[in-house]
Amino acid sequence: MSSASSSKSSNMTMANRRRLDTALRLLVALIFIAYALFPIIYVIGTSLNPSGSLQTSQIVPPNPTLDNYRKLLTSETNPFLKWMANSLFVSTVTALLTVALCALSAYSFSRFRFKIRKRMLQGLLLSQVFPNVLAIVAVFLILQQLGSHFPMFGLNTLGGLILIYLGGAIGFNTWLMKGFFDTVPRDLDESAMLDGASAWQTFTTIILPLVRPVLAVIFMLSFIGTYGDYLLARVLLSNTQKYTVAVGLSLFIGQQFGQRWGEFAAGAVMAAIPTMILFYISQSQLQGGLTSGAVKG
Amino acid sequence: MAATTAGKGGGTKSPFFSQNDSVPGVLFKILAIGAVVGLLTYIGWQLILDGSYPFAAAFLIAALLTTLVFVRQSTVPLRWIMPGLIFLILFQLYPVFFTVYTAFTNYSTGRNVAKPAAIAAIERLTYVPEGAPTWRWTPLKAEDETSAIWITNATSGEAFLAAPNTEWIPAAELTNAQVDDKGALTALPGYEVLPNNQRFLFVSDNQGITFGTEEAGVQVTNSNDAKETRQQYVYDAAQDALVDQQSGTVYVNKDGLFTASDGKTLAPGFPVTVGAANFTKILTNKAIRGPFLVIFGWTFIWAFFSVLETFVLGLILALTMNSPNIPFQRILRVLLIVPYAIPPFITVKVWVGLLNPVLGIIGSQWNPGWFTDPFWAKVGILLVNMWLGYPYMFLITTGALQSIPSDIYEAAKVDGASAFYQFRRLTLPLLLVSIGPLLIGSFAFNFNNFAIIDLYNAGGPPIPGAGTPAGYTDILISYTYRIAFGGARGNDYGLAAAISIIIFFIVGAITIFNFRYTGQLEEVSENV
Repeated sequence: MSSASSSKSSNMTMANRRRLDTALRLLVALIFIAYALFPIIYVIGTSLNPSGSLQTSQIVPPNPTLDNYRKLLTSETNPFLKWMANSLFVSTVTALLTVALCALSAYSFSRFRFKIRKRMLQGLLLSQVFPNVLAIVAVFLILQQLGSHFPMFGLNTLGGLILIYLGGAIGFNTWLMKGFFDTVPRDLDESAMLDGASAWQTFTTIILPLVRPVLAVIFMLSFIGTYGDYLLARVLLSNTQKYTVAVGLSLFIGQQFGQRWGEFAAGAVMAAIPTMILFYISQSQLQGGLTSGAVKG
Repeated sequence: MAATTAGKGGGTKSPFFSQNDSVPGVLFKILAIGAVVGLLTYIGWQLILDGSYPFAAAFLIAALLTTLVFVRQSTVPLRWIMPGLIFLILFQLYPVFFTVYTAFTNYSTGRNVAKPAAIAAIERLTYVPEGAPTWRWTPLKAEDETSAIWITNATSGEAFLAAPNTEWIPAAELTNAQVDDKGALTALPGYEVLPNNQRFLFVSDNQGITFGTEEAGVQVTNSNDAKETRQQYVYDAAQDALVDQQSGTVYVNKDGLFTASDGKTLAPGFPVTVGAANFTKILTNKAIRGPFLVIFGWTFIWAFFSVLETFVLGLILALTMNSPNIPFQRILRVLLIVPYAIPPFITVKVWVGLLNPVLGIIGSQWNPGWFTDPFWAKVGILLVNMWLGYPYMFLITTGALQSIPSDIYEAAKVDGASAFYQFRRLTLPLLLVSIGPLLIGSFAFNFNNFAIIDLYNAGGPPIPGAGTPAGYTDILISYTYRIAFGGARGNDYGLAAAISIIIFFIVGAITIFNFRYTGQLEEVSENV
């Protein structure tokens, strides 16, 4: 068998072999793409299918309509647009504050030398050993207490949810951002300092403009992470009007696939749009960021 | 060397009041910091009044640290870190601490407020003394929007105006009051007489509110009647008990519930520490230990196979795409990572739909029990996670592959190594060195991958005979969730926290091993 194939290949020219190799690779890639896209194309088809139940839906519906979208968007018991607005609000605020708070801390860790710096950096890293999703019971009880005095930040509020997301995001993102700040040459801010600029002026006029792409990436990663969170939102929110789209949409479909599949599909398509856009924008940086972490080790 | 000089410069050059600060700038700083410290202290104080001492302490520590950092000259670098640190302390570190505390208490449904709050809530309960007269009432709204009622004694016909915390005013003194021939109030200057259709709303809005004073007061009990009420339970600190004023029964504090000698208890209760009872329950209570061990084992199997399947698939794909001759590289790669771009709360539910035994395009053709059979539910959920997880592995292995220097392959080729030999002896070991930490990270992530487990089948199918809600596809984190928030059978926060701590130890050990492996913790000092 091996001798047969080797004699066969020796008859081939190099160019032919390469072409065969490429064709095989392309074939594998296309099979995988079909696997990756099949559920997505299917759900888009379902969302346009007028009958709205699973069984009758075909990949490409014979007479597509926007009925499912209209039904979902006008539903009063399941305020889809409100869920979307909640999700976008929570994700944007969380991502903005994460970037702002982490940029401040990261600047300090990157540029100042102080006694407990090393301990604090190690502490930041170690705090990741205890993600606050594991402390979910405590988080729930804490917001219950906080809410009795500050209804804005209690259970079942977007404010409370944001506080918890922020608490969980600071450690890792400060660490990440410090690494990026370290790559900005120190000569730049040292010379600014010599010219009499304060630390704050150096930070805002020299460092921030240089790391703007990094801030953008962290904003997007934080946004995508918050938008997709299911656990914290599920535990902390209990009112239909307060749900994020992650909780609202998944509870909407629940076990009622028969009646709600079409509307769910429409909701799924709409809910996927924000992260799809961000993903497409950040795709190249993301690949770079993930792999640099991988290779640096 | 440059580092230390810059550090000293940074430390001394920007004191709290630097020369180039303007007066409004300084004022703004003081106001802003004062506001933050004030707010933290205020919340801390409120929580002390509640009896939530540990949480109060977290706020007060945050306030103290903020003050120290902004007053002292030597802590300038920390000023930058403080804003983030406050959030980290309050909503990351404190929850961990509180989880540990909760694990040693009997915090649960019915025992979920602090002791002072529980006593206050019970002391608000009232009773109607025997033989007390019944009053008819009419709802009123004063000009300042507060509620009042007009009451008429059902037997004698005597009438009064009654408002919270004020003595009743006899009708005789209110000469302006207009009463119709049946004795019902129709108008009263300074008040709006609410129509009858508002009575139900009024009752629910004024639940527990006494109109009048302690000595003479009534509460609206239904849409017609108001009754004289008295405080039913009074706390006696000496015996740490509540005494029923009506019957004389004494309810003694027993593990956080005020309990009478006949076993009757008063709600709400409060959590008390119970030592290691929650942990021993996991080890010794059969109805808990059985499901716990099943779930414990499955959590490891789940995390291991999740990493394995996604890594193998991602690796195959990365090797396939790792050729410069493939046309449309960019677009193909984007299409391949599409599953990574859609939040799992959408895609998991889509897969659940596809596998639905009656209606799903896959499930209707082939259904070995995707949601009902313990084994096939596990297979199903692993298949779904394969689709969700391979793009990440594809991304990281692609990056790692491209960083392997190509000259080692040249050398291997010269030595006559086969393609498979090259892969096994060169590519794979080098890959594992660089992405090993990420694989361990992925293991830790899947170990706690609540979303997919809960969205797939809410942990089901259920394990029969379990003492707490538990299913065959539940992993430790979702099991914790079900014990704490499962609903139907009451919520045991203490037990849930105890299981959280077990997860802490496992995930913590994995993560710390990972840090050691990559030298990340040691790197901190060298890293400039």
